[in-house]
Amino acid sequence: MTERATLRIWRGLDAKAGGWENHEVLFEPGQSVLDGLRWIRVNHDPSLAIRFSCINANACKECMIELDGKTVYACTARLEPREMTLTPLSNKKLVRDLVTEIAPPAERFTQS
Amino acid sequence: MSVESMRATADVLVIGSGAAGMYAAIEAARAGCSVLLADRSLIGRGGATVMAQMTVAVALGSQTPDHWTHHYQDTLKAGRGLCNEPLARLLCKDGPDCISEMDELGIGWARKDGRITQAMAPGHDRPRCVYVDFLNTGPAVSRTLRTAMNKTAGIRKAGDLCVVDLMRNDDEITGAVALHLGSGAPVVLSAKATIIATGGLTRLYRRNSASANMGGDGYALALRAGASLVDMEFVQFFPIGHLAPRLIGMDPIMWDPFRYKLGGRLLNGRMEEFTQNYGVAEDGKYLITRDVGSYAIIKEVAAGRGSPHGGVFLSFQHVPEADLREAFGPVIDRLAENGIDLGKMPIEVSPIAHYHMGGIAADAQMHTELPGLFAAGEAVGGANGANRLSGNAITEALVFGRRSGRSAAVYAQKIRATPDQSANARASIELISASSGRELNTADMVQTLQAAMQDDVGALRSGTGLRRALATIDRLSEELGALPPGDGKGFDMRRIDWFDLRNMLLVARVVAQAAVARTETRGAQQREDYPHLSADWELNQFVGLHDGHILLSKTSTQTRAAAS
Repeated sequence: MTERATLRIWRGLDAKAGGWENHEVLFEPGQSVLDGLRWIRVNHDPSLAIRFSCINANACKECMIELDGKTVYACTARLEPREMTLTPLSNKKLVRDLVTEIAPPAERFTQS
Repeated sequence: MSVESMRATADVLVIGSGAAGMYAAIEAARAGCSVLLADRSLIGRGGATVMAQMTVAVALGSQTPDHWTHHYQDTLKAGRGLCNEPLARLLCKDGPDCISEMDELGIGWARKDGRITQAMAPGHDRPRCVYVDFLNTGPAVSRTLRTAMNKTAGIRKAGDLCVVDLMRNDDEITGAVALHLGSGAPVVLSAKATIIATGGLTRLYRRNSASANMGGDGYALALRAGASLVDMEFVQFFPIGHLAPRLIGMDPIMWDPFRYKLGGRLLNGRMEEFTQNYGVAEDGKYLITRDVGSYAIIKEVAAGRGSPHGGVFLSFQHVPEADLREAFGPVIDRLAENGIDLGKMPIEVSPIAHYHMGGIAADAQMHTELPGLFAAGEAVGGANGANRLSGNAITEALVFGRRSGRSAAVYAQKIRATPDQSANARASIELISASSGRELNTADMVQTLQAAMQDDVGALRSGTGLRRALATIDRLSEELGALPPGDGKGFDMRRIDWFDLRNMLLVARVVAQAAVARTETRGAQQREDYPHLSADWELNQFVGLHDGHILLSKTSTQTRAAAS
């Protein structure tokens, strides 16, 4: 059984000058939003930026984004057969697309 | 230097912030060194440690009398004659001390009647595995070391630093050059001693149980800098990785703890037990070792006796619901959210790339062949031979991490000043700053490599398949080219993929070539065309890179053990 989600994704390097992209994603029920974003990278656009490391386990806590304005982990939010709006965390500094600066200040690189 | 770069300096540079890297950083700082801990993801979040579900093997003897020599004998036996004995001895002997220190730091090992609980695991002669309930061992190890690290003076932490190359001044390693993911800029990290704690290479495979950042970076860094790797053909496949139904928010190796606690039954597509046909009658217990289990499942599937998604069934239907609830508490509810009721249905499992026995050649002080370069944790090759015993990975991370931190500190304290790095760093800085301007679907290339490795360099291999994989690696390497694509600004995924592929393709080639050369079946290397163990192959293969070419050499395990 395959269904179709439309991911409406905010993209850009500057929080004030970004744009929207729509991607149609085929999925099987049970799949995650992160599965959809990884599928887009392979099949549509490898430059789409998303931060993640553990993929599936909800252990690394790196894939925080906003889905329809609410903060979620992309690896545990499920794809649904509708338009889903994905934006970077609004309370963190933007890096690119869905990636924001989420490390505690003491764990960021500084010159010495 | 023509290109702008950022800089940082420390006595000891630690690359990778899993258990090995964090323990190394703590020990080096305790010894009085300034430490820089760099990780390509967030500190203490990526890598394999945080994914560990349950078992940590250690001869603690808290419930059943034990001694490290028993653990050592089991480790050697599992390694099928190829263990580096000094490393295996260190792992087993220092294990209890590290586990006790973690206990003092407040990790919360599961206890019964005040004593730390030790579970039975396949390949061990007695209950030996400590854990943190429920499926929380890895996150607890990470959290405990993070807290300890934050209380230790002298450690600077920097996430989002993807190390591209080590720096070398004559023969000596003097730090590394990294790509700062947040800005896209090159960073020169100068250090008197450098520790590689980057974990393994499971990302080379389509089905894998670890993080997306485990693409074998440390092996590639060491190899390009002139160090040797050992036992690279031995990739451990975990036999019962979750396959179906789709399960999110859980690690795919989560069924291991269920089997430790409750046994469970492995069934083929006809709902018949089959492990007895491969020499291990389990009888509701968890007895089959990882190499035999992976082989048995692949053979059942190949014979047309697989489950619908191409694996086998794992069933707990015979276990009373109250027992399931007692053993797994809240995990039962998380399964229910995924539509899984273990009392009513079996789940499907199949082998998944889990751990790498091979790695950087190092002595029992964790010193590599190169002055100034140390290794720790899974990045080190040899301790586990041809097959790792359940529970040895976290023990190894802690023991080797601690030892490497101490050794690197001793080494760094003998060195007066780090050299001028402008010449050492130039080529890497230029590479990070360059752009080919080409369009390259790097995400698709990663997926193509993972498919080739899974299908042809996986748990069951043949000369034909291995050569087919090498041809794919050749083609992808050519496609990759000499310069990275992309715009070079922050978090450019094509560039990150490109630098990852530069490492992954080199390491994949090493694994495949070492597997082609070993014309026998032993531990994790299962050859269809050479199905038997050969006494002539009680040898370790070392790998070096000379003028860009991979060179393999053999050393007798016995000879080396006698010499050390």
